[in-house]
Amino acid sequence: MSRTLFDKIWDAHVVDRLEDGTCVLYIDRHLVHEVTSPQAFEGLRLAGRKVRRVDETIAVVDHNIPTDADRLNGINEPESKLQIETLEANVAAFGVPYFPVSDARQGIVHVIGPEQGISLPGFTIVCGDSHTSTHGALGALAFGIGTSEVEHVLATQTLLQKPAKNMLVRVDGVLPPGCTGKDIVLAIIGKIGTAGGTGHVIEFGGEAIRALDMAGRLTVCNMSIEAGARAGLIAPDETTFEYIKGRPYAPKGADFEKAVAYWKTLPSDEGAHYDKVVVLNAAEIVPQVTWGTSPEAVIPITGTVPDPQAEPDEARRAQLQQMLRYMDLQPGQKIAGTKVDVVFIGSCTNSRIEDMRAAAAVAKGRHVAPGVRVLVVPGSGLVKAQAEAEGLAKIFTDAGFEWREAGCSMCLGMNPDKLTPGQRCASTSNRNFEGRQGPGGRTHLLSPAMAAAAAVTGVLTDARELV
Amino acid sequence: MDKFTRLTAPAAPLNLANVDTDKIIPARFLKTIKRSGLGKSLFADMRYNADGSENPSFVLNQPKYRQAQILVAGDNFGCGSSREHAPWALLDFGIRCVIAPSFADIFHGNCFKNGILPIVLPADVCEQLMDDAAQGTNARLTIDLEKQVVVRPDGEEIHFEVDAFRKHCLLNGLDDIGLTLEHAAAIDAYEAKTPSWKPAINGV
Ligand code: SF4
Repeated sequence: MSRTLFDKIWDAHVVDRLEDGTCVLYIDRHLVHEVTSPQAFEGLRLAGRKVRRVDETIAVVDHNIPTDADRLNGINEPESKLQIETLEANVAAFGVPYFPVSDARQGIVHVIGPEQGISLPGFTIVCGDSHTSTHGALGALAFGIGTSEVEHVLATQTLLQKPAKNMLVRVDGVLPPGCTGKDIVLAIIGKIGTAGGTGHVIEFGGEAIRALDMAGRLTVCNMSIEAGARAGLIAPDETTFEYIKGRPYAPKGADFEKAVAYWKTLPSDEGAHYDKVVVLNAAEIVPQVTWGTSPEAVIPITGTVPDPQAEPDEARRAQLQQMLRYMDLQPGQKIAGTKVDVVFIGSCTNSRIEDMRAAAAVAKGRHVAPGVRVLVVPGSGLVKAQAEAEGLAKIFTDAGFEWREAGCSMCLGMNPDKLTPGQRCASTSNRNFEGRQGPGGRTHLLSPAMAAAAAVTGVLTDARELV
Repeated sequence: MDKFTRLTAPAAPLNLANVDTDKIIPARFLKTIKRSGLGKSLFADMRYNADGSENPSFVLNQPKYRQAQILVAGDNFGCGSSREHAPWALLDFGIRCVIAPSFADIFHGNCFKNGILPIVLPADVCEQLMDDAAQGTNARLTIDLEKQVVVRPDGEEIHFEVDAFRKHCLLNGLDDIGLTLEHAAAIDAYEAKTPSWKPAINGV
């Protein structure tokens, strides 16, 4: 029978099947961070259990670690400090491999997994974080889990799961210049909505997806969860193999060849069944920006803020009105030209070297607009070092942008990088929920080039006008 | 995990769609290393004013809903992050059951692992229950997991679907890890077949 990429990975990981169809699913890689793991390790300790496979587990601090240069001298905020110290005590006690903050390889968990070659095609990958979907870009089945499941994987290296349904999102055609993976995925979410993928894993395919580099693919899969899908994946191909080759934890030499031979069997078979298919034309995509407090509230930068009166459904209308109030926008207003206070370039969606290059291309020779604060936060210590070596960091600092240490930073405002009430932020992250970047903060999601354009003009701007 | 068998309690109406996990428990409260104590921060941004005082118009601040153990909510409840702090906060407040037309997947799964029963019912039925809930303490709902029914204050029984395995675990308060470890031999056998090219994460 023809199978999808998802079906193949699933089948290869079923350890056992319960009567009602629930599977004991083997997990190849478990990524652990400080926020969702303390209670899981505590659970192990109370039950007298060990970590079953420390050699399939990796831990890192990212969510609430400060991103200022001074952080190596200690963390001021007592609760963050306790959470990080707790992780360090746990990895030491249980023997889990760990990248501490002093290690150049430290960074956002979804950046370092692919970067280190820890995340590989055909693998099952989990982490106590919903954006684990990111790793699906390599052709892996990767999804976020809660803390009880973190404990479950630590103890058993498996999860109890039922298979999801298959959904194909095909993006045909060629993406116009100035558009990126971020614009593709925002356009997809705008089309199918934040619950469009619920109960499904999304396979992204089509010419425009195939043409993306690995950074663009990681961005697309990163936001699968914003479309309601627990996982998003892209079939591995030469772009994938080229990316993986030579990474520190990837297979080497003859093992690499063996692995590639296997990975080539993974793409969906001709005629494989999808429960749902959505098709987009890449040629129609324009740089995207969100206007509301849900990622589906997205429009082209050339567009206007929608009028709730045009919405027939009452509950939906009330929701749109609340979004407008919260965002302090008027119906029918052009989104371009909206003044911003803060620009955040970073997060597991857009903090890779390619993202830094895209932002720097716009920032080069320009200067931050008066009154705007710009944070550039690389996804890992290695991205930071490379950006410095390529002269990108200098472009940013010359432009008056802050160049910071790796971490989640203002993506979720758990560390000191937060918006203050009423501040408006152009952000390359993935969630624009109320208060996500700090209580009362207003978030507009967009691509790195668009973020840099907002930084130098002080308003939401079509980046294509600047390059 | 506490068992869930039968529950009779007041239900609180939260007539909002897409209540995300940042609304249920904002990120600034995730710095705890414990599971307990999050109830006071449940729905913090809606429940408290900027000065920390209670917002009297928020449903759970109204006297008749302070003891609510059931929440009736809108579409796509629990969307957003995987944080289990969301069900922990609900549970710590005292909520044992959430009824909505749909749930986000990860949140839905996390509920079962913490003794909370998420019930999916059609939107029109949820609206009726929302009306029942609006009557506050005068109108208690009963949830009978064994029979898979919600009993309305007028005695009408509404059937709901629940995954058989998850029902079994909830009714018996079973811990997933214990169940999985019954398959230890199968896990060993699976690991024995690991392909030779698969690298280990060693020597960090
Ligand atoms: S960067 Fe943001 S979305 Fe990504 S893992 Fe960190 S907090 Fe989560």
